[in-house]
Amino acid sequence: MTTTYRTCPRSGLQFDTEAEKLMLANAVVAVVFLLIGGILAIGVVLTRWPAIHWLAADTFYMTLTAHGIDMLIFWIIFFEIAVLYFCSSTLLRCRLATPKVAWLAFALMLIGSITTNVAVFQGESSVMMTSYVPMMAAPSFYLGLILFAVGALVGCFVFLGTLVIAKKEKTYTGSVPLVTFGAIVACIIAVFTIASGAIILIPTFLMSVGIVKEVDPLVYRTIWWAFGHSSQQINVAAHISIWYAIAAIAFGAKPMSERVSRGAFLLYILFLQLASAHHLLADPGLSSAWKVVNTSYFMYFAVLASMIHGLTIPGAIEVAQREKGYTKGLFEWLRKAPWGNPVFSGMFISLIGFGFLGGISGVMMGTEQLNMIIHNTIYVPGHFHATVVVGTTLSFMALTYFLIPVLFKREMIAPGLAKLQPYLFGLSMYFFCLVMMGAGTLGVSRRHWDMLMGGNPLAYEFPGAAYLMMGLVGIAGIAAILGGAIYIYITVGSLLWGKKLDIGSLSDKTVPIPVSAPSAVVHGHGSAGFAAPGTFSLAMVFLVSFVLYYFINWKYLSQVWGLS
Amino acid sequence: MSAILPPSDRLWWKQPLDRVEGTWIVIAFIWCMIMFVMMVGWHIYGKQNLSTETYKTSGAMFTAKAQAVVDKYTVRKETDKQIPVVHPPAGSDVYLVAKLWDWWPIIELEKDKTYKLHLTSMDYNHGFSLQPVNINIQVVPGYEHVVKITPNQSGTFSIVCNEYCGIGHANMAGRIYVK
Ligand code: HEM
Ligand SMILES: [Cu+2]
Ligand SMILES: [Cu+2]
Repeated sequence: MTTTYRTCPRSGLQFDTEAEKLMLANAVVAVVFLLIGGILAIGVVLTRWPAIHWLAADTFYMTLTAHGIDMLIFWIIFFEIAVLYFCSSTLLRCRLATPKVAWLAFALMLIGSITTNVAVFQGESSVMMTSYVPMMAAPSFYLGLILFAVGALVGCFVFLGTLVIAKKEKTYTGSVPLVTFGAIVACIIAVFTIASGAIILIPTFLMSVGIVKEVDPLVYRTIWWAFGHSSQQINVAAHISIWYAIAAIAFGAKPMSERVSRGAFLLYILFLQLASAHHLLADPGLSSAWKVVNTSYFMYFAVLASMIHGLTIPGAIEVAQREKGYTKGLFEWLRKAPWGNPVFSGMFISLIGFGFLGGISGVMMGTEQLNMIIHNTIYVPGHFHATVVVGTTLSFMALTYFLIPVLFKREMIAPGLAKLQPYLFGLSMYFFCLVMMGAGTLGVSRRHWDMLMGGNPLAYEFPGAAYLMMGLVGIAGIAAILGGAIYIYITVGSLLWGKKLDIGSLSDKTVPIPVSAPSAVVHGHGSAGFAAPGTFSLAMVFLVSFVLYYFINWKYLSQVWGLS
Repeated sequence: MSAILPPSDRLWWKQPLDRVEGTWIVIAFIWCMIMFVMMVGWHIYGKQNLSTETYKTSGAMFTAKAQAVVDKYTVRKETDKQIPVVHPPAGSDVYLVAKLWDWWPIIELEKDKTYKLHLTSMDYNHGFSLQPVNINIQVVPGYEHVVKITPNQSGTFSIVCNEYCGIGHANMAGRIYVK
């Protein structure tokens, strides 16, 4: 297989032409699913806004099912496949292994995602993305998901194959870059995830066509969450890799220490993906010992890893900025950061929101006893919009702004809007998550069409504050959707009518990554220094918020009915 | 050396840690251990721990037991549907059936007394969400979950279903009175 290599004049990155086409195709389809999911979000959010209560119940549940699947699975995984190809073929400067097979993977994913969408919109599969048995969807619902998963699995193997090629053809020396290492972690977790998904979705598919008689509901939940939980770890590994990449691109930041960052990634493989019990803490039949071990030893090592990345990424930026001379006080490095560059601002808003909102709420929810006071309330979507929207989606958006000139070879249209977009989207999402968590604390349920409960005489009369919170969810949600729309407008618009940029030089041979001399900086911040004091004080603010919030919830728990 | 380039120092695992990193790792680790101890400690000293006592059951078996309690302890009927209100003695077993789209029966308890609440679903997953207390428990079909509860306040409490269970999900409500 012969291919050509293009060296981008703007970034110096070298793209295998075949890989480039695949990245583009996967990213474009991802954005289309974000668009569909975003349109569906309008229906979801305007129905949950009590004063508007827009859609009928059946349409709402159908819309919510499609929103969850199109966003969480299709938008994110299509984009991740593009990221995997970027982290292997582009960063290692080698050809993509078996592009034909990669196209097959793409086709399977595309057919699968369309099949599932058709099934949902036919109306007989409003089962939510979790599709808990014995509630059944149409067979094509499961079939589509299985096809998609097979495609994604094939994509993972293309990525792994590309690593082998790079090694064999010696396009780099020493170890792979940190960002590629993070992508490898994401890929390994993905393989585990897809295997769990297959173990549970294939029997469920067979049940839907009548071949298997019964899938046990509790077994289903347990294995489904082995899949559902670890799929979120793919996202975490992927967007943290992107944060490192953006820190490197925007600041030339070097990881503070490769050892710490890589070690933290390894903790994800070893622990995070096993820690699925926090979805099952309110379930019958699972032992407390398993719940405690799973949510502490497994979960906390993963939490530890995230707390490490949360420090080392801004820390690396701080070190790079201080070297440029921004050394005044604790925070000059941060004040003088390029806040008008959406690549950076998106990444930083994502990092802070993921840590403060998603991280702290996630650990609270993942505590065995505390889980009882939020399980299945709208607090839960409040938490995961902070992880998967502020964390993953916003970092993908930030990366896109970098890729528009580099990969799309177009000048970005509407740079003024682009400057604004991360703030509008990110900050309204912060607020959206906070008010959802507030409403959940007041008992509002997730996946629930009517807070008035259809006039049922036994209904709970939610307090006025709960209605107020849900109204604010509506307003913040619409603002976030607007932010999402701007992103799509800029991305699609640049691709279609942005000014064409110089594509750079083509060659039919790859230029290996030059070996760089060991930099002096490594020694510049040895163990005697305290190289990133600003970041450290931010970390302390984080820790204090974390500790306070954690114990407030224990206090709250101690006041509810006794349970034993 | 940059995150998107191979480490320039080939022996990167021998690099020293910066003090910022080292300190933070230690702090974060200690915090994780504190959180672990909290969870275990609450099992020993805390008063809110979700029981894990669970039995396999079937709709027919569970309904029979629930019916027996209803027959014995019904004190009145409420709403147009004539839902029985059971007032079982303190310490006894109480059965609550979740089915599309009702919680059955209505339960009347006494404050500061402990009861064994048996939960199951006749059909899909349901969610037991006690309001305004905000205790939430997953109700899974085929499994009988026995939870010891001790109400610490009197009043009227609603059970909202907070696991999606089909078109009538949002209307599914039940009630517990505490005297
Ligand atoms: C852009 C603005 C967005 C808005 C306003 C929005 C709004 C909502 C709301 C209100 C819910 C909860 C509904 C309920 O439980 O009753 C929800 C659920 C959900 N959203 Fe979003 N969302 C947005 C973007 C996203 C994105 C980007 C993702 C994923 C990357 C996402 C993933 C999900 C998932 C997985 C669910 C859960 C569905 C379920 O319960 O099965 N959302 N969304
Ligand atoms: Cu229900
Ligand atoms: Cu329900």
